[in-house]
Amino acid sequence: MQKFFHDAVEFVPILLQGVWLTVVVTIGSLLLSTVLGLVWALMRVSGIGFFTGLSASFINVIRGIPIIVLLFYIYFVMPDFGIALTALQAAIIGLGIAYSAYQAENFRAGIEAIDKGQIEAAQTIGMGWWLTMRRVVLPQAVRIILPPYGNIMIMMLKDSSQASTITVAELALQGKLIASSTFKNTSVFTLVALMYLTMSIPLILLVRHFENKASRK
Amino acid sequence: MIELKDVHKSFGKVEVLKGITASVAKSEVVCIIGPSGSGKSTILRCINGLESYDAGDITVEGARVNRDDRSIVAIRTQVSMVFQRFNLFPHRTALENVIEGPLYVKKEPREAALARGRALLAQVGLADKADVHPPKLSGGQQQRVAIARALAMQPKAILFDEPTSALDPELVGEVLSVMRKLADDGMTMVVVTHEMGFARDVADRVLFIDGGVIVEQGTAKSVLNQPQHPRTQDFLRRVLHPL
Repeated sequence: MQKFFHDAVEFVPILLQGVWLTVVVTIGSLLLSTVLGLVWALMRVSGIGFFTGLSASFINVIRGIPIIVLLFYIYFVMPDFGIALTALQAAIIGLGIAYSAYQAENFRAGIEAIDKGQIEAAQTIGMGWWLTMRRVVLPQAVRIILPPYGNIMIMMLKDSSQASTITVAELALQGKLIASSTFKNTSVFTLVALMYLTMSIPLILLVRHFENKASRK
Repeated sequence: MIELKDVHKSFGKVEVLKGITASVAKSEVVCIIGPSGSGKSTILRCINGLESYDAGDITVEGARVNRDDRSIVAIRTQVSMVFQRFNLFPHRTALENVIEGPLYVKKEPREAALARGRALLAQVGLADKADVHPPKLSGGQQQRVAIARALAMQPKAILFDEPTSALDPELVGEVLSVMRKLADDGMTMVVVTHEMGFARDVADRVLFIDGGVIVEQGTAKSVLNQPQHPRTQDFLRRVLHPL
């Protein structure tokens, strides 16, 4: 145990650099996936055949490709087409696109759960499609969307470790590098696991808070 | 001001409106009665473009109603609607429900919209409920907020789709008395209703609809007291003497 604490004092500062990148990748891809997911979802419920089809196909293609392959594609293949990104940019874009499919399905479920009478009431006071979404549907859908959204945040935090496969030195890769150079596997990976857990627990509590709030309404 | 000419409407293979021709003049109160499934609500929904219609013409002050055209927004701001199930926005207070249209559709200044919103809530007897959210109001109160929300658009006419059918019997009166006042003030109203007493007292004209056609129409007294058509007689007998 004493040895573990000794190792911890030595390795935590290095691992914290990885934590920083993990946070950057998670927040970056969370923002991107939220915006993209909302766009796909609004296209899906727009009632315009072209947009609905485009959004549905996109979501299915993305869902059918493993995140790791998507990351390889963006980081290793895109340069062949003249788009060279840094590893961090590629990780954020790759995870953001991958998760936008799940975000879209979550948003769509929330939007479609709103009573049709709400939309009709908005129409009868002269609201157009976008105003109805912004003022009537989305504010109500948020309550339904938030608990699953919190779960997606937790999954993204953990899946940010996949960025390590394209050389982003986030927490998991940082841990692996220290372990392979010091052979202190137990200490290092225990620390890595604890650090992920420390970041996840506030999110888990947040999800519980959302769920309580949603069920109270 | 509202004209319907030979309006047809089908849902799939079921034709619900089979050639409706009717008109509503300014300041007139027209009640539409008839058995459920006869197409009463569909007529209202076609007038403000919540439903499309397959053939015929509907015009509001000369403008043709076409739900796929931009002009529908202008028509909807002139012809408000009150629903059976209120359809208030549950995430906004009573006052916010009322000013939503004026603020965001008509882009009125906030202070003016707020002042008029409060006045309208007072007019329907709910001045003290301005900051209450709809789920905390009774059905009758919710429907009165819905009427205030419709009035806030300063419409030329209001369509009422069975406004008291979802209410407990003891709450029907408060909604009807608000509607009666509106009629007295000269509001043009088209009311789909099962309240024969209201129709008799307030309506200038009554249309009896069955099977997607207007079977009989005339002044409230003539249709309700001396119905000519056997289907009207049968319907009224069943509504007025259910046992």
